[in-house]
Amino acid sequence: MIKVKIEFLGGLDVISNKQREHKLIIDKEEGEATMKDVISAICEKIIADEKDIPVFIEDETVRPGILVLINDTDWELEDGENYVIESGDVFTFTSTLHGG
Amino acid sequence: MPVESKPEKKLKVTALCELCHGRKAVMKRPKNLQKLCKECFYKVFETEIHNTITDANLFQYGETVAIGASGGKDSTVLASIMKTLNERYNYGLKLVLLSIDEGIVGYRDDSLDTVKRNKIQYDMPLEIVSYKELYNWSMDEIVACSGMRNSCTYCGVLRRQALDRGAAKLNINHIVTGHNADDMAETVLMNILRGDTKRLEKSCSILTESADSPIKRSKPFKYTYQKEIVLYAHYKKLDYFSTECSYAPEAFRGTTRELLKALEANRPSIIMDIIYSGEHFELKRKKQTVSYKNKKKDETQINADGSISLNKDFTKANKCEKCGYLSSNKLCKACVLLGGLEANRAKITLDTDTSVEGAAKLTRTLEHLSF
Repeated sequence: MIKVKIEFLGGLDVISNKQREHKLIIDKEEGEATMKDVISAICEKIIADEKDIPVFIEDETVRPGILVLINDTDWELEDGENYVIESGDVFTFTSTLHGG
Repeated sequence: MPVESKPEKKLKVTALCELCHGRKAVMKRPKNLQKLCKECFYKVFETEIHNTITDANLFQYGETVAIGASGGKDSTVLASIMKTLNERYNYGLKLVLLSIDEGIVGYRDDSLDTVKRNKIQYDMPLEIVSYKELYNWSMDEIVACSGMRNSCTYCGVLRRQALDRGAAKLNINHIVTGHNADDMAETVLMNILRGDTKRLEKSCSILTESADSPIKRSKPFKYTYQKEIVLYAHYKKLDYFSTECSYAPEAFRGTTRELLKALEANRPSIIMDIIYSGEHFELKRKKQTVSYKNKKKDETQINADGSISLNKDFTKANKCEKCGYLSSNKLCKACVLLGGLEANRAKITLDTDTSVEGAAKLTRTLEHLSF
């Protein structure tokens, strides 16, 4: 079991009943799970309304325009979807699409 | 042997910042794919904006500048950066926050609270101008009268003028706005897609001074990527507001934005490339004589939107006959729009007036009703 923290910022909390922080448990052994498991778990367990999944996902990955940080580091520097997750990791998803 | 600390993951050399080579990189710049640590990112981000400002000679020493502040990420970062740079490089500017209250219950009132906190955080005076006091219409009332569809048209025209009037009230003739590189590229793309060549040529200038407005507008973030603005706000823990406006966003801009985001995912430099194209776009000059054929020189012309153009070769700026605001037409755009609304305003209001509660809020509630 791997326990991680999820944050939705930049207005993205609309997909999870306005709740910004979530605890998520991934049912796999340490070293076996990747970012992909986190993304599918978010779709299954956190997104409140199924209709909101396209707000988060496009072509089976996080939609362009949503910034992903793994422990405050750009996920592009951490292997993106293939990042091997560890207990205690914090994943931050920030929408950049809103007006300024 | 040194004291053993908690076993840390060994950092690969490739995970280090490409500038200082000492700290772990936390972000990748979309502009050039450079990997940077937090400290180097701040430095590069701030310095680039400083260079944009000095290259374009945006400010004069001693000038008072109004920051168009909505409470959103762009304007919050703009206020923070302007303060930082003004102090670091001694611009000698007096900075004022200028906000517009469109009158959208449940959206603008919350974001204005953010601006009020920014006022204290950045120690700047704040002026709030409301649609209601300027035009006697709030956005909630306008939407209740004319529907959601045209909300952005009304809001855009009214906001432009409201910012000018707010600045004029404070005796300021320069407004900076938080428009970023993504916004610029979006506008260029939008103008291309709908064949609006007239706007296309001007859409990339960093400083605009138009005959329609006595007040200069500039965009210090012209070359700054949205991603970096969001990261800067995040790492610096700036206090900003992020909820989408309650009214339908301008549909065409939304489509263009998604197109741009999809393009950017494949080629991050595309935003700069589009701005570059926009900057070098030049229209073939039209032959002036053709349009004046068979026309008397002082003839007025009625435009498609109902406004009336005075003869084209005016040398002095004209004023709107109704409100006195500078306008190249007989009536300014805001007065034309409001005139149309006024004709449709309900003569009798019911006790359950939706404008008080906020039409947006009501619509949201109705959306969730089910049987």
